[in-house]
Amino acid sequence: MVADYLKIDKLCCGYGRSFNLKDVSVSLKQGVFAGIIGPNGSGKTTLFKGISGVLKAKSGKILLQNVDLGKLKLGEKARRVAVVSQFPDAADITVEDYVLLGRLPYRQSFQFFESARDRVIARKYMQLTGVFRHAKKLMSQLSGGEQQLAAIAQALTQEPELLLMDEPTSHLDITHQVQILNLIQRLNRETNLTVLMIIHDLNLAAEYCDFLIMMNNGDVHTMGAPLDVLNYKNIEDVYNTVVVTQNNPLSGKPAIFLVSEKVLKEVQERYKRSE
Amino acid sequence: MQSRTIFWMIFTLVILLLVLAAALLSLTTGEASISLADIIPVLKEKEGMEYFILTEIRMPRIILAFAVGGALSLSGAILQGIFRNPLVEPYTLGISGGAAFGVALTIVTGMHFTIGMFMLPLSGFFGAMATILLVSLLGFLRGGTDIHKMLLIGVMISFVASSSMMFLMSVTTAENLHGIIFWIMGSLDEPNRLLIRITLFSSLAGLAISYLFARPLNALLLGEDKAGHLGINSRHTIRILFLVASLLTGICVSVAGVIGFVGLVIPHLIRLIAGSDYRFLLIGSFLGGSFFLILSDVIARTIISPNELPIGVITGMAGGVLFIIVLNKFRNRKQHGG
Repeated sequence: MVADYLKIDKLCCGYGRSFNLKDVSVSLKQGVFAGIIGPNGSGKTTLFKGISGVLKAKSGKILLQNVDLGKLKLGEKARRVAVVSQFPDAADITVEDYVLLGRLPYRQSFQFFESARDRVIARKYMQLTGVFRHAKKLMSQLSGGEQQLAAIAQALTQEPELLLMDEPTSHLDITHQVQILNLIQRLNRETNLTVLMIIHDLNLAAEYCDFLIMMNNGDVHTMGAPLDVLNYKNIEDVYNTVVVTQNNPLSGKPAIFLVSEKVLKEVQERYKRSE
Repeated sequence: MQSRTIFWMIFTLVILLLVLAAALLSLTTGEASISLADIIPVLKEKEGMEYFILTEIRMPRIILAFAVGGALSLSGAILQGIFRNPLVEPYTLGISGGAAFGVALTIVTGMHFTIGMFMLPLSGFFGAMATILLVSLLGFLRGGTDIHKMLLIGVMISFVASSSMMFLMSVTTAENLHGIIFWIMGSLDEPNRLLIRITLFSSLAGLAISYLFARPLNALLLGEDKAGHLGINSRHTIRILFLVASLLTGICVSVAGVIGFVGLVIPHLIRLIAGSDYRFLLIGSFLGGSFFLILSDVIARTIISPNELPIGVITGMAGGVLFIIVLNKFRNRKQHGG
């Protein structure tokens, strides 16, 4: 295992002068399942866009096995890094065609049609994600969860070594949330696929990720194993919200409980009276 | 082979046959009716009135209709793809407005008497090029490709150009006015062989070049960022295709005037029937546009014979009505799970 598989070195990118990352440095090992967490406006998406290449780096660089991602050819990059965006693509194309677009990075010049191999690979990942039975349907006819699964099938069809996902489970019910994350976890374990995803839900982040990057104000607040990152101090510091943390009885991973204002006041009063 | 590929091949064959049929219809109908059986003997004879009508009048018109119809429809399909907007057509970006202004300026200043018959197409072409240059410069400025900005700029330039043209029309003589209006309405009556050849060659070249980008165009359907993640250089693709489409439009407008609706309606029809995969859409749109324009031309020159209607009248009316009918049919079928 290479120590620094993905090395983000003093990366600064953003939107004009209004918001920029503050020279973020992160190192990830190969085969890790990493999550980016943090409140709205903390720079999660900016960091994500910087890594996926949507935003150009103003300074600093991103090295994938010591190769500068910014200098890699787009086709070569797409064969190594796949991106699943937050909002699924509800275009008027069939699921099969949509997933097959994942083979674009592998096309030869003057190759207008997918090869038989391309079809086999697309079929494999459609079956794995469970969207194969919808293959002939239009993307726009699928539900949000199914569209997200198709988007993941497309990303996997690129056969990447690094998978970037922007909140793959937002606006999904718990069935789909767990289905998607279990699938990603399995691929991560079995194929050594490195995963980096933005995730809002701290409990899901704690349960599935083995490395967390907590962002705040365009900078990394804390990073490390979930147990080290997701303690009440860090969370209250970053989110300005009172929480209670305990460990999941089965997995031993931290679980976060929110406390309502009413309960909080009652607790405080009880505390005063006992004094 | 994929069943869809077979469907595409059959569909292509059908449109090709339709194009051929329309061409034969166009050859045989007109003031002097020449029957289908007579065509080959007449062509073999190589002389006489009928030979002259076929080779000097009708064939050039058919070839021009083929090229212009194909190129306009192709441009429409390309532009709708890169702007991800189904209402964009070749004239939305002000290319026709620029060309028309160029022609109007030439007619009003009397310059078209100086160089001869090349002057009008040339000035139309210069007008179109000036527009394309302006839209590209403003749109591609500072290395960006903000397609929404480009679209708005194009629409604004189109307004400015048509207002300027109306200004010219309001201050000029009745005779010039007639010339301008006649040009704007569009016509496939182009006696110059060289211009026809240029149009045919560039429309086919445009088809070939854009076909190289068929799969990137499919990816662009998902947006520029997503296409980028699939390894497509979106900016590069959009720029090249924008130039191809606008050059084609510029050439068509300067040779045949402003023939509307082909570029909007035909790509939509093909999309409704065969889906939005650009590997078929580009070829289908081209041939569909060719067929539509050849047929419209036959109608335009026979319906009030011996006079001739401006072809834009036919394309607009027939295209619009046809489109509404087809749209209703397909929408209904879709709703009923078809």
